[in-house]
Amino acid sequence: MLGLNSKDLRLFLIVVVLTIAAPILLNPFPVESSLGQSFNAGYPALLQRFVIFGLLVIGFNILFGLTGYLSFGHAAFLGVGSFAAVWMFKLLSYNIVPAIILSVVVAGLFSVVIGFVALRRSGIYFSILTLAFAQMMYSIAYSDLAGKFFGTVVTNGETGLQVYNDDPQILLGAGDPKVPHLFGLEMNAQSVVNIGGWQFTFQNGYYLSALFMILGFYLSIRIFRSPMGMMLRAIKSNQTRMNYTGLNTKPYMLAAFVISGMYAGLAGGLLAAMDPLTGAERMFWTASGEIVVMSILGGVGTLIGPIVGAGVIKYLENIVSKINDGILHGWFSVFPDWLDNFLVTIIHPFIGKGWHLTLGLLFMAVVIFLPGGLVEGGQRLGKLFRRGKTTEAEEAADATRQRNTPAE
Amino acid sequence: MGILEVKGVNKRFGGLQALGNVNLSVQENTCHAIIGPNGAGKSTLLNCLVGKLIPDSGSVMFDGQSVLGRKPFEINQMGISRVFQTPEIFGDLTVIENVIIPCFAKRDGAFRMHAFENVSQEKAIIEQAEAILADVNMLEKRNMHAASLSRGDKRRLEMAMCLVQEPRLLLLDEPTAGMARADTNNTIDLLKEIKEKRDITMAIIEHDMHVVFSLADRITVLAQGTPLVEETPENIKGHPKVREAYLGEAQV
Ligand SMILES: Nc1ncnc2c1ncn2[C@@H]1O[C@H](COP(=O)(O)OP(=O)(O)OP(=O)(O)O)[C@@H](O)[C@H]1O
Ligand SMILES: [Mg+2]
Repeated sequence: MLGLNSKDLRLFLIVVVLTIAAPILLNPFPVESSLGQSFNAGYPALLQRFVIFGLLVIGFNILFGLTGYLSFGHAAFLGVGSFAAVWMFKLLSYNIVPAIILSVVVAGLFSVVIGFVALRRSGIYFSILTLAFAQMMYSIAYSDLAGKFFGTVVTNGETGLQVYNDDPQILLGAGDPKVPHLFGLEMNAQSVVNIGGWQFTFQNGYYLSALFMILGFYLSIRIFRSPMGMMLRAIKSNQTRMNYTGLNTKPYMLAAFVISGMYAGLAGGLLAAMDPLTGAERMFWTASGEIVVMSILGGVGTLIGPIVGAGVIKYLENIVSKINDGILHGWFSVFPDWLDNFLVTIIHPFIGKGWHLTLGLLFMAVVIFLPGGLVEGGQRLGKLFRRGKTTEAEEAADATRQRNTPAE
Repeated sequence: MGILEVKGVNKRFGGLQALGNVNLSVQENTCHAIIGPNGAGKSTLLNCLVGKLIPDSGSVMFDGQSVLGRKPFEINQMGISRVFQTPEIFGDLTVIENVIIPCFAKRDGAFRMHAFENVSQEKAIIEQAEAILADVNMLEKRNMHAASLSRGDKRRLEMAMCLVQEPRLLLLDEPTAGMARADTNNTIDLLKEIKEKRDITMAIIEHDMHVVFSLADRITVLAQGTPLVEETPENIKGHPKVREAYLGEAQV
């Protein structure tokens, strides 16, 4: 069905169901409870990030996972996607359709040019070239060099780009919403459902982003299983043999690079559609690094790894970073004071601003013990529970085959 | 006119004349061996044929067309396949995937954007790949990781990858180097079978005279970058010039 084999179809359907149910599943605690205050992740702003960054890393994985070429400048495409979308809001109207189309197109154009140059080299030199391009674009955006050149505003420098009342918005009708919308369907509109102490929020913006992530996920499965996917894995494995087998690796690489750049552009467009402003910082090299970390954490070259990696990091960034000493004292109040204080002192460095430390430790643990990422961890757990089934052995073999070590 | 015509090829590496005025003519459907002592320039010559090196002067014509200035993948698409001294295969892929890739290269050319088709739906290609694996007795290993194959199997797989493209000219650089006797004999049998079953021209570089005399129809002896003689195997054995070049190198 859908051109997928039964195993891929199962995976795809699981992702679809989990994505649809995420606003419920990620709010497991009553809204007023202290656990709910701390750990409920099912609120729209975060849910959007899960799926948009999931989409971004799915695209990144088509490049890095299949070909082993590590781009260290992918946030640049995210950034241009956002800028393109906000410009569509400023010039046309708040309808997200032109914004999203342009964000993909512009990111695609940028990735053709950057890919063409950067792909002249491989390994570390390729990574450095992509990093250099991205930092150049960041600098240009941050000081709005393009705007200065044309005597106008393009990225609006430090302030960032947003929509103002006196913007042209030539297609803006009288009754049109003043927020991003899909033919009137406002992105930030939501319905809140209260069941007992639980509260669930279903937001248009989340479901639209989720739809794009699901489409992107489907496309990535198709690419992984296509002849082209096989060619890309072959490029990673042995370029010499590719050349002497009559295959021109350049266009294959460029295609992979541009596809993943367009995914990033789409993600950037969606970020802008959720919140119609953007700035140069979205292109900063740490943002590119975050994409790499997400992809390695989840499992490079696996289908589901990117979603897992993006989810875990966005969770840590938004949930663990919110926990503070006061909340900890609340949890540990059942213990005697000395134990309470002791525990809080121990945990303190890992929460709040210290979430980077938690992430760092997690990342190290994964790289050392689970080179196949968290997905490999999941597979090992699954094997423990359902030992002896042949399908499991096959899956494990498949995982090993798909696994990448970022050795390039 | 041979299918491969090398005329007046020179190649220098700094002060070293690796190839000096090399002429070579390989006739269609024959096996042509190139022998010579270490450093004679055999690999350099082969690299000039496949686009890895560009000669300083001279011409290399394949089937009436010049190969000079073309990239390796273009030369392969013209019909020249190459087996390496150490097998070059796709280690991260399965055995069957290793042979499917050259099938695609043959059918679709150097590049095609086939990102939405499913490999498992390509019945004709898979059949072709399975047939060639059966030919080299590797069908039961089809789902193995290519990197985990034995050295001999890697060699056979590489040959299968070349043969499935039905090249007009197959180039082999020391296909038995470093092999045990048994593996060498297997390779000889495989190559003999290939020769008999298919219309294929082979040019083989080899140190092992047993291999050369089992396969070659013609032999060119290269020494210090220049061809000394070109002869049939019978006539080459006692050739004085050959003895001279190989003095103390090998039993001829
Ligand atoms: N890329 C290169 N740069 C510089 N010198 C080279 C290069 N390739 C080969 N040579 C030199 O050219 C000469 C011929 O080398 P070549 O590899 O063609 O010899 P060969 O006949 O294949 O020897 P062998 O039997 O050892 O494989 C040698 O002296 C070698 O050192
Ligand atoms: Mg050699």
